[in-house]
Amino acid sequence: MMSKYEKNTAPDVKWQDITLAADVFEGGTAAAIETGDWRTIKPVIDWDKCKQCLLCAPVCPDMSIPVTADGKRADFDYFFCKGCGICANACPFGAITMVK
Amino acid sequence: MAYNLKENLMQGDRLSGGHRFCAGCGSPIAIRTVLRALNPEDQAVICSATGCAEVSTFIYPYTAWKDSFIHNAFENAGATMSGVETAYRALKKRGKIDETYKFIAFGGDGGTYDIGFQSLSGAMERGHDMVYVCYDNEAYMNTGIQRSSSTPMFADTTTTPQGKVVPGKQQNKKDLTKIMVAHGIPYVAQSTFIGNFKDLSEKAHKAIYTPGPAFLNVMAPCPRGWRYPSEKMMEVTKAAVETCVWPLYEVIEGKYTISYRPKDKRPVEEYLKMQGRFAHMFKPGNEWMIETVQKHIDEKWEELQNLAEIK
Amino acid sequence: MAIRERLSGNEAIAFAMKQINPDVMGAFPITPSTEIPQYFAAYVDNGQVDTEFIAVESEHSAMSTCIGAQAAGARAVSATSSCGLCYMTEMLYIAASDRLPITLAVSCRALSGPININNDHSDAMGVRDAGWIMLFAETNQEAYDNFLQAMRIGEAVNLPVMICQDGFITSHAIENIDLVEDDKVKEFVGEWHPEHYLLKKGESMSMGAYATPVYYMETKRAQAQAMIDAKDVIKKVGAEFGKMTGRTYDLIEKYMMDDAEEAIIIMGSSAGTAKEAINELRAQGKKVGLIKVRSFHPFPAEEIVDALKNVKAFATMDKDDSYNGHCGPMHAEVTASLMAAREFGPLGINYIYGLGGRDVKVESIEKVFAELEKIAATGELGETYRYLEVRE
Repeated sequence: MMSKYEKNTAPDVKWQDITLAADVFEGGTAAAIETGDWRTIKPVIDWDKCKQCLLCAPVCPDMSIPVTADGKRADFDYFFCKGCGICANACPFGAITMVK
Repeated sequence: MAYNLKENLMQGDRLSGGHRFCAGCGSPIAIRTVLRALNPEDQAVICSATGCAEVSTFIYPYTAWKDSFIHNAFENAGATMSGVETAYRALKKRGKIDETYKFIAFGGDGGTYDIGFQSLSGAMERGHDMVYVCYDNEAYMNTGIQRSSSTPMFADTTTTPQGKVVPGKQQNKKDLTKIMVAHGIPYVAQSTFIGNFKDLSEKAHKAIYTPGPAFLNVMAPCPRGWRYPSEKMMEVTKAAVETCVWPLYEVIEGKYTISYRPKDKRPVEEYLKMQGRFAHMFKPGNEWMIETVQKHIDEKWEELQNLAEIK
Repeated sequence: MAIRERLSGNEAIAFAMKQINPDVMGAFPITPSTEIPQYFAAYVDNGQVDTEFIAVESEHSAMSTCIGAQAAGARAVSATSSCGLCYMTEMLYIAASDRLPITLAVSCRALSGPININNDHSDAMGVRDAGWIMLFAETNQEAYDNFLQAMRIGEAVNLPVMICQDGFITSHAIENIDLVEDDKVKEFVGEWHPEHYLLKKGESMSMGAYATPVYYMETKRAQAQAMIDAKDVIKKVGAEFGKMTGRTYDLIEKYMMDDAEEAIIIMGSSAGTAKEAINELRAQGKKVGLIKVRSFHPFPAEEIVDALKNVKAFATMDKDDSYNGHCGPMHAEVTASLMAAREFGPLGINYIYGLGGRDVKVESIEKVFAELEKIAATGELGETYRYLEVRE
């Protein structure tokens, strides 16, 4: 994600250029951070079993179960998913399994 | 408008992925649910006390907050939000702002029950139009699982270790929700993660859109500190509710309403046994500890039911 | 035409606040600054200002609300003293590092213990490293004038400003004062237009980051530069204020320094007492003078070195102590300034004076000059860390 302030926030930024008070002037810049590499096991969905009840979506701590504009859950966002497994346990239909 | 999980989720989240909360943490679940209770067209300023939520969501230059956000210190989310909300009124009065903003402060139980208690009390007493949300994980998790006044009796924490002489924390959990009710504010509620999140979502919406101060206490388990497998989150919160360890209720203008009454109130063991922090209570000879907790929970549940009877 | 009035120092500050009509005030009562929020609350309740006044439950919350309000895009002010300033300490650091130009009036008072409500500078000196611009007033007039200049200075460099005066000595004593007309104040102070703020339309910002070692030091270096830059701003604003009122301000004020051989360096109301002592000694033909420090932070290092260049002996007067076993905080600044300038000419000693309201008389200052005269004559410094007017 290109940011207007990229040169003011880069790890090699000089003190003369760093954003005032280490403030950030955009929302949601953390979306550039991959937390999926924390994962040791990952959830996999069996679409044949999924009834689109969406009970898995609100339990995710990592915004890794996207709900699309037509009101359906999409596949996992493995860029963020840390593999906690809450979704697999919350699924009433056994549609999510945690795999190595 | 009736709650609908699908519509609620279709709004999208106001907290982004890429935050550094632990895998399976309850705190971001509480936060994202509360933020989805904002009407999508409304602006918000969010404040967080120092704690897990702050250090996980805003490591420069990466912020997980899509709305404007301020972290100030550990003990002053209430006062900081008071200042922001007051500035909003001042600038609006002077015609310098035209949009509608809502103000939501988040603090863990350390920043809310303990060190930030005075600041919270002051903010609520003064009547600022804001919501304070405690994500209650019953100890100082950010510094490594030290007891807070929210830690339940007998819990094994790093400052109340279950030792040969003293078996964990020796005091009951402070009943902060009722203390907030005693402030005479228009809306107070207790919630956690249950089923389709109707309970928390509706309470968050009421808290945000009730004029004046509101307080929301959300049990948000910490798999590290409570020592349960992270995938068991929803089982743990369900057990807390079914045993009445964490009853769901709300208090509107002083009137108590119990949101959910278990048909078959479960014994506290069912909740305690899921968590390593209570494991020592199940050793032979320690039955008295479970009985003590059961008695306390029964008394508190009885008290709550009596309060809900008052017209 | 300026308005002639008779006001206490606290009332003068409250009046300046009224003329500025800031967006938000958050304050908590503590002697001797209590009158400031009292007067101001009356202005609010009588509709003379439309500031939102938050009567908070502690000084910690007073500064916390100011930080929230200023971050949101409002001008925020507060007032405090003594333990109240101490209690704010953590938030003072955050206000400065968040680069929020909050204005805080301090009616300086001793710190506990023993508990004491009278004046010294231990409260302000205790927070001297918090990153605030700190201006000290000798008189009620200066307290008022400094407050009117504070926002112009702080907002130019994005730093908070502390306007200090001596508790009771000026905060409660009623003196003649020249007030600036409301419209001139409004024009001079102007409006604050921050580039980024929490309530800015169309922009979400996050403030109060966790900064890893990759970023922390650059952030602090930038903050240090703001304090360096503040020196010129203080002078410029002081000169502009002079054009408007005839009262020009600088970082220091020199009194009878042109040919002075012995000098004292002093801050706050006691400068007035010292000027009287100097007048008497000058009448006796003694070449004595005074350097009054108006801006403690940023510290006028070059200016003081320059003012001392022809002085044989000087005493730094600290109305507080560092309890480091050898000198008070201003003496540490002065001697460091001389050392940095490779200026080893003047012989300097340090007096700790006026703690907890201990009276400083003209004769007290004369005693200091008598000691300096001896040192200048003999070249013998003797004990450099001395207490003035203590029974022994």
